[in-house]
Amino acid sequence: MIALGIEGTAWSLSIGVVDEEDVIVLENDPYIPKEGGIHPREASQHHSERLPSLLSRVFEKVDKSSIDVVAFSQGPGMGPCLRVVATAARLLAVKLKKPLVGVNHCLAHVEVGRWKTEAKNPVSLYVSGGNSQVIARRGNRYRVFGETLDIGIGNALDKLARHMGLKHPGGPKIEELAKKGKDYYLLPYVVKGMDFSFSGMVTAAQRLYDSGVAREDVAFSFQETAFAMLTEVTERALAYLDLDEVLLVGGVAANKRLQEMLKIMCGDRGAKFYVPPRELAGDNGAMIAYTGLLMYKHGYQTPIEKSYVRPDFRIEDVEVNWD
Amino acid sequence: MKVHLGGEAEVKILDDVVVKKRVPKRYRIEKLDRELRFRRTKMEAKIISAARRAGVPTPIVLDVEGDTIVMERIYGTPVKNAMSEDISREVGRLTAKLHKANIIHGDITPMNLILSDGRIYFIDFGLAFFDNKVEPMGVDVHVYFESLKASFDDWEKLRDAFIEGYLEEGGKEEVIVRAREIEERGRYVERVNM
Repeated sequence: MIALGIEGTAWSLSIGVVDEEDVIVLENDPYIPKEGGIHPREASQHHSERLPSLLSRVFEKVDKSSIDVVAFSQGPGMGPCLRVVATAARLLAVKLKKPLVGVNHCLAHVEVGRWKTEAKNPVSLYVSGGNSQVIARRGNRYRVFGETLDIGIGNALDKLARHMGLKHPGGPKIEELAKKGKDYYLLPYVVKGMDFSFSGMVTAAQRLYDSGVAREDVAFSFQETAFAMLTEVTERALAYLDLDEVLLVGGVAANKRLQEMLKIMCGDRGAKFYVPPRELAGDNGAMIAYTGLLMYKHGYQTPIEKSYVRPDFRIEDVEVNWD
Repeated sequence: MKVHLGGEAEVKILDDVVVKKRVPKRYRIEKLDRELRFRRTKMEAKIISAARRAGVPTPIVLDVEGDTIVMERIYGTPVKNAMSEDISREVGRLTAKLHKANIIHGDITPMNLILSDGRIYFIDFGLAFFDNKVEPMGVDVHVYFESLKASFDDWEKLRDAFIEGYLEEGGKEEVIVRAREIEERGRYVERVNM
């Protein structure tokens, strides 16, 4: 069985085609803001302008008629972007006369990670621009055990990067600078139970920079503090749920220092650490295609009249009836 | 001597005293690690004292040094092995006292409560913090309800007794309502922002 998936909840516009075994095609055409952060309307305009050509690129590589299921990211995400993606998916499904499956974006991150690593029943740390969550399965639902109380770690990194004169995406630039950092400055470390917050830390780091501290040291201090918070909450979830696998997913999963901290934590408590290949860790169409395929095989289908976008779609809302 | 290895701390139970030491974490750099362990140890001792002043039985803190707290050992039975409606009602009263003092315990379960000489002691404040908002109080109550559900067949009666005690002692009704909502949304904390 072959599924096509369209992802476009925020800056990423991506189409993937998968079968049960592997990714067949993955094509990307991301929106890159000229300056500042992501503007939802501009991003959605980008998506609607580029979707047709992106789709043609995909169909140069796979035969249209081989597609069995059309999947799309139904939420969570930016409303205008979601609407473009949902409209395209509906049209395609009708045109191909194939079933449509609306997929939860967060669920897709976790499922593609389980598909492409050895992780079976992990605590997942999902870190991206807009989302930062600690997720684990309990019975027939995934549950969020901890999450950011304000902004996602990716947005926090972007905000700091912009303040220090660096362009979008800021995460990789902060990572590079941090490697050269030497002096650690304490920043607000906010963990409450299983939840955490980054906005106070961003403000404090911006002030540090304004007071003349070198960019390298600000970046270093920021990463060390923020990633320690994420690692601590992940460890708490492992202990609380008595699990022994950690899966790191989302765009920020590419950060080597975050990977290293989680690896050390896992090593010290005898847990295993997994991270999917980079192109499948960040937002991508293949994860939507794969999760759509999985759901379709387990009886899910989204009738057109129920394919409305869900900007606040939560992972807990999906009943999971597969292994 | 018994040693318990929790997520954060190593707890040694000696004849008269309990020694709780926050262990270093290798994944975070030393300066931050030390700061966190020392700060949290100090905070825990402060919260234990605040809870006592609020009328909640806790072990007496005998010494705080760096990352280590030495406290009185409470001999008794874990509430898990002695649960009744009267006990759950008293847990409700004591939780209301904590909340009126803006103390969020963070882990109210029958394993963390000890019945000793007819009094119920709260023994572990390792996850506690100060907060005056309804949400964390709701989470506190929710965690207790979940632990009842996991351990007792008559958890509904025990839950209702807790609610009686909580309200009787001046705990806010909206906290109970919030605890129910948290259960319905199937998670612990409300998302503030995307």
